[in-house]
Amino acid sequence: MENVIEVKKLRKEFKAYSSRAGLKGAFRDLFTRNYKIVPAVNDINITVKKGEMVGYIGENGAGKSTTIKMLTGILTPTSGEIIVNGMNPHKEREKFVQTIGVVFGQRSQLWWDIAVQESFRLLKKVYKVSDEDYEQHMQHVIRTLDIEPLLDKPVRKLSLGQRMRCELAAALIHNPPLLFLDEPTIGLDVLVKLKIREFLKEINEKYNTTILLTTHDLSDIEALCERVVMLDEGKVIYDGALRELKEKWGDQKELHFQFLKKVNIKTVQNVTSGLPVEWEVDEKDQTFIAILEDRDELISQVIAKVVAAFKIKDVKINETSTEEIIRKIYEKGAVEVG
Amino acid sequence: MDKYIEMIRIRFLMMLAYRTDYYTGILIYSINIGAYYFLWNAIYGGKEQIEGLSVVQMTTYVAVSWMARAFYFNNLDREMAQEIMEGKVAIELIRPYNYLGMKTMQGLGEGIFRLFFFSTPGLIIVYFVFPIQFSWEPRVWGFFAISIVLSFLINTQLNLLTGITTFFLYNNAGLIRAKRVVIDLFSGLLLPISFFPGWAQSIMKFLPFQGISYTPSMIFTKGFSHQQAIAAIGQQLIWVIILILPIYVLWRVAKKQLIIQGG
Ligand SMILES: Nc1ncnc2c1ncn2[C@@H]1O[C@H](COP(=O)(O)OP(=O)(O)OP(=O)(O)O)[C@@H](O)[C@H]1O
Ligand SMILES: [Mg+2]
Repeated sequence: MENVIEVKKLRKEFKAYSSRAGLKGAFRDLFTRNYKIVPAVNDINITVKKGEMVGYIGENGAGKSTTIKMLTGILTPTSGEIIVNGMNPHKEREKFVQTIGVVFGQRSQLWWDIAVQESFRLLKKVYKVSDEDYEQHMQHVIRTLDIEPLLDKPVRKLSLGQRMRCELAAALIHNPPLLFLDEPTIGLDVLVKLKIREFLKEINEKYNTTILLTTHDLSDIEALCERVVMLDEGKVIYDGALRELKEKWGDQKELHFQFLKKVNIKTVQNVTSGLPVEWEVDEKDQTFIAILEDRDELISQVIAKVVAAFKIKDVKINETSTEEIIRKIYEKGAVEVG
Repeated sequence: MDKYIEMIRIRFLMMLAYRTDYYTGILIYSINIGAYYFLWNAIYGGKEQIEGLSVVQMTTYVAVSWMARAFYFNNLDREMAQEIMEGKVAIELIRPYNYLGMKTMQGLGEGIFRLFFFSTPGLIIVYFVFPIQFSWEPRVWGFFAISIVLSFLINTQLNLLTGITTFFLYNNAGLIRAKRVVIDLFSGLLLPISFFPGWAQSIMKFLPFQGISYTPSMIFTKGFSHQQAIAAIGQQLIWVIILILPIYVLWRVAKKQLIIQGG
């Protein structure tokens, strides 16, 4: 299958200025400023195939937005090769941007003071979309995202969720084969999130649209992406199936116990001493959590011992959540890909 | 081309959305014209002519300069500075259009809006309030029309240049203010160029500023002879062409080293 995005040894450095201390320092800063060169994106390689939905994740400041800005031709890379939709984004900017759609969750691309439909109309002209195509495609988009009633309102009067749905529609006016979404679900309620996810799935199926998505909400990724690329301090630390990541790191289970009587953590730990179990307490609802390897006999042993020692109100067995897995990876800062 | 025309329309709509700005604008312009009218009357005293302009021509000059200013004036430099500082240029760069071209069109949309809803009614009012002399020769109006279009272009180009410097200076509020003062002063808006001392005039001949206000106003008040008018328009045109170069170069450099502010 054809590659939509091909990135080789992509790098972006920023100058991080630091101020010298004291008055003398401030005076010297006027003439020469101290700076360090910080690589925000550090020699990454990524290939994305047509029709893929890829989740691009990483901690705050990992370099996700910077990558997207380079892939969309906004920023010039310090070094490296980028080919997106068969073009160099920076060199052939005007022709290139015709083939992509972009949503930056944190900044609006609609004109603030005018009605949404006026923005749409301008974008329709900007992207040279014919009336038939517009009718056929956008009617559907507008209906699915349920933004018909918002069209005649100025953008500044929309709520965040309303605006975000309009932003998404605006990014799709020319029905681009490739979509970059930088935190499209930031600050949205569950229903709007669901609607946006449904919609993205639908256009991916219908038009085989390739989607690259960054988000801090892992349920977005779980719902949409089979593949994740994980970034840490500008480096790709994992690139592969979300499922594998979970299998590899999610080899633990959590047992949640609630007891009828007040119990001390020490006594609980004593009961299972000798077994490879870690205990945590959730003070709020007095839940004791045993974190242990996912082995059947170990789990039964622990449950048996605890049940024998204390009166139980409630027991639950949980898989480690994706959140948990990702948190562990971030903390460790690396993934050993086996 | 469609998209650029659509942009003019959008700017038109935005101007309508901010009508209050527009009303205060009318007030400020009327006060200015009135103040300069009385000032010049005092300066002329009983004199017939100063520097080849009669007091009626002078009043006309003031009125026309301000009305023309409504057309050529825009805040593109400040808008660009803001868009760059807030990182909004990012959005502009993912659009299949030329950012500077679009900005020019926005300026034009604003200019056309003010020309219809501001300059034209304003000039009619001024015509009845102050002793002003209009020429009804089509040739004068034709030259004037060409000339203010060129004024618009020169002024817009200077604004784009100032705007682009935000990429390099980050905070260029001071530069923007300075540029505005320089243009008001050296364009002939506050004082016709012929009133400046000789040495200053000869310097200003080599600067683009007089093409912004002095040229169209002198054409309108018939302070220029036919030949002078043609030469002045030619000079405006040359400046429009010359200014393309630094804009192009600076923009190229700016895009290369562009850093988008914010995540
Ligand atoms: N304009 C800039 N000037 C200097 N450094 C910058 C600039 N923009 C980003 N950086 C640095 O580059 C790094 C990556 O930033 P980036 O915005 O790509 O992070 P991110 O992964 O999108 O984070 P978040 O999840 O918080 O959005 C950060 O350390 C940031 O400080
Ligand atoms: Mg970001």
